[in-house]
Amino acid sequence: MNSQQVHSSPHTPPQNSVTRLMLAVVFAMLPGCMTYVYFFGWGLVINIVLAIFVALATEAGMLRLRQRPVMPFLTDGSAVVTAMLLALALPTLAPWWLTIVGVTFAIVIAKHLYGGLGYNPFNPAMVGYAVLLIAFPREMTAWLPAEIHHMGFMDSLRYTLFETLPAGTTFDTLTAATPLDTVKTELGLDHTLDEIFTSHAGLFGGVAGRGWEWINLMFMLGGLVLIYMKVINWRIPLALLGTLFIIATLFALPAPDIRPSPWFHLFGGAAMLGAFFIATDPVTAATTPRGQLIYGAGIGILIYVIRTWGGYPDAVAFAVLLMNMATPTIDYYTQPRVFGHEED
Amino acid sequence: MKRRLWHFHGGLHLPEHKQASMTKPVVAAALPDEIILPMQQHIGSPAEPVVKVGEHVLKGQRVAKASEYVSAPVHASTSGEVIAIEERGVPHPSGLPLLSIVIKPDGKDEWTELKPVPDYAQLDPSALRNVIRDAGIVGLGGAGFPSFIKLNPGPDNAVDTLILNGAECEPYITCDAMLMQERPRDIIDGLLIMKHALRARHCIIAIEDNKKVALTLLKNSLQEHEAEFLKIVSIPTIYPSGGEKQLIRILTGKEVPSHGLPIDIGVVCHNVATAAAICKVINEGKPLVERYITVTGETLDQPRNLKVRIGTPCIDLLNACGWREDQTDEVLMGGPMMGFGIPALDMPTVKTSNCLLARPKDQPHQQPAMPCIRCGQCAAVCPAQLLPQQMYWYARARDFDKIQAYNLFDCIECGCCAYVCPSRIPLVQYYRFAKTEIWAKERDKEKADHARQRHEFRLQRLERKKKEDEERRRRKKELLKKTQPKPDSEADIKQAAIQAAMDRVKAKRATQKQQKKNIENLNEKQQQAIEAVEKRRQRLRNAGADNEENP
Ligand code: SF4
Ligand code: SF4
Repeated sequence: MNSQQVHSSPHTPPQNSVTRLMLAVVFAMLPGCMTYVYFFGWGLVINIVLAIFVALATEAGMLRLRQRPVMPFLTDGSAVVTAMLLALALPTLAPWWLTIVGVTFAIVIAKHLYGGLGYNPFNPAMVGYAVLLIAFPREMTAWLPAEIHHMGFMDSLRYTLFETLPAGTTFDTLTAATPLDTVKTELGLDHTLDEIFTSHAGLFGGVAGRGWEWINLMFMLGGLVLIYMKVINWRIPLALLGTLFIIATLFALPAPDIRPSPWFHLFGGAAMLGAFFIATDPVTAATTPRGQLIYGAGIGILIYVIRTWGGYPDAVAFAVLLMNMATPTIDYYTQPRVFGHEED
Repeated sequence: MKRRLWHFHGGLHLPEHKQASMTKPVVAAALPDEIILPMQQHIGSPAEPVVKVGEHVLKGQRVAKASEYVSAPVHASTSGEVIAIEERGVPHPSGLPLLSIVIKPDGKDEWTELKPVPDYAQLDPSALRNVIRDAGIVGLGGAGFPSFIKLNPGPDNAVDTLILNGAECEPYITCDAMLMQERPRDIIDGLLIMKHALRARHCIIAIEDNKKVALTLLKNSLQEHEAEFLKIVSIPTIYPSGGEKQLIRILTGKEVPSHGLPIDIGVVCHNVATAAAICKVINEGKPLVERYITVTGETLDQPRNLKVRIGTPCIDLLNACGWREDQTDEVLMGGPMMGFGIPALDMPTVKTSNCLLARPKDQPHQQPAMPCIRCGQCAAVCPAQLLPQQMYWYARARDFDKIQAYNLFDCIECGCCAYVCPSRIPLVQYYRFAKTEIWAKERDKEKADHARQRHEFRLQRLERKKKEDEERRRRKKELLKKTQPKPDSEADIKQAAIQAAMDRVKAKRATQKQQKKNIENLNEKQQQAIEAVEKRRQRLRNAGADNEENP
């Protein structure tokens, strides 16, 4: 027995690990991802695999460069989560270089140049996405409409690698704007929602974008499991979705012709993915209980504002990045009352 | 009628591991070859030996006396010869050796003359406290604060509720549970004695609801008329319900103020084992010389509770329970959450030792820590409602002002935060480090303050002397001038002397003013820091009994 070594309490075997948390997040995303593949085809799988590969490679490279132990950090799973989130934010038909640029930027600049795991103030995946959106707007906004399986696995792979499309199709005939994007553009042309939904019937489903509503539902289920497992806390998702719902309702009630319903907002774009998987990124989110409510609500408000009046079709990434900036301030002003102290 | 209970924030449901040591009845541990009695087994100043090497002592004989108010005497736990009074290693997180009296038992275990108190109700509280003080009773739950002080509410405080802590919320430890099962009536009697000393109105014995047997037995030994003011309350099993502040919150819904004591809200809290010890003192006249200790862990063949003479080396107890040394990684004193590793097993058990826990080798406990990912899981479980992740951040940065702004000193070191941390950061270690550093700084500051004061006095004295010398010279001169034309003007001399005295006073006032300015010029932050330090000192001086009972 080695009694010279005296450790500090508690002396319990480790109960939890970063890897466990990250893997839980990865698994919770799977139902959403599978639904995504069902509606939009194999492109996502290719993107995810490529993104994870690039993420692990750049992560390992950066750890080596920064002279950090490679294995514990490489296996912590955080790079995998970043890669998956970014791949989900990319259009289904994404050329290989788009994925590589985005992931590399996320891992190298947004994560490691800030000090690596735990030190990055901005959500790396969202930084990668924002950079791509600004640099390559055309590639980033062209989506396949749901349930039109023109492209099988090999076709998708061919596009990713060589940007060649199946014979007889062109990029423009295949792709379209996302439902959120479409609504935004057409509203800008003074069409009412009814007109838009009829003229683009194929794009829309029951309450929101076709396919999108199911994907969102699945991400929501995955997120609820994470809350149940105590991997994430309920406050941020609830505050985010609740605020988004309330604002959307307030604006939609008096003007149902031009303001989409709250359901459209909640199940239309990346709201559920954002609420349960992106905004809850522990490193960049607020950590005090009240702070988390404010942080989530802030993102909810920003999503609505940017979607409705801003220049970008979906707003989750920018809303999250903006609130990331506010995180330290929020945390500072929302410290909980300490036991035995007066409320101040 | 079901009593209303309250919650505290956070806490953990831990695997209990209590069954193993509860299957066998408590037996007395064998007489060891050597009894080692450290002079400090309590909070406060160390006791002073009153025996000499070579002297023969009897069991229960006082071998060291309390040195100050906050101190406790030590008694021989068996009869034998004092063979040494020297520094010995003691199980304490600091690991520093302490002056100890070493006794070689003569094997007779012969008691000294015992003086029970026939009718304590006739005794007034202060006399009762003296009996308890002279018996060397300290809080047996963990910290070891001299009990008689906690039985003195002070002239301005009324005790509404006297709580006996039988929660024993740490995993593995069962010595209080066994005590409640085997000597329930002693505990109640001890509580009644305490009640008399404190003139408390209500009494509560609190037990976690995983100790059903103890609960039933205690309830059965309660007499009907006692049930009017004495409630035996079962509380939910959640760590750290046995923390003094947490327990008070659960039972009364009140929070002990951050820099205060339970008595500030009319509550006093003692451990069940302390009550049983007090019962022994009064009814049998026996001072504190033995206690129950849980000896348990995965590498023992017969984990159990032993009745141990205080001062028995740890190794004897382990061997008595079939210890497999080769499979043991570390032996802890206390439970897994708040205990500490014993540096060497020939160290003695002391008054506050409640458990020896042998940890097996295969437990991967020291994994490399990852960076904090700010997940907030630590804050979610912190019973003090702190933000452990922020305190960790500032402890690493050695920013001791900031870490105090995050209320480091409200941390009870329960270990909940480190237990759940996915990055496996040894958070408590950081907090202990920060506390130690801050204490050290305060000591330095105190020293520096003294030095500065001395220096300033000296300067003042010199200054005054200089002024007085000048004054004298001037007076002499004037006198000379005046004496020539008017040799007998005594009134003038008197006048001059008065003038000089007034000048002195003026000069003194001026320097005083200057000093004051020095304090006024402090900015708000410094002011706050000073106040915080003062408060804490005050609290220490008031013999802070918080954190007293270990959960
Ligand atoms: S539990 Fe650990 S990783 Fe999470 S915030 Fe607290 S210290 Fe950081
Ligand atoms: S050790 Fe301190 S900071 Fe950690 S949970 Fe306990 S009281 Fe809170």
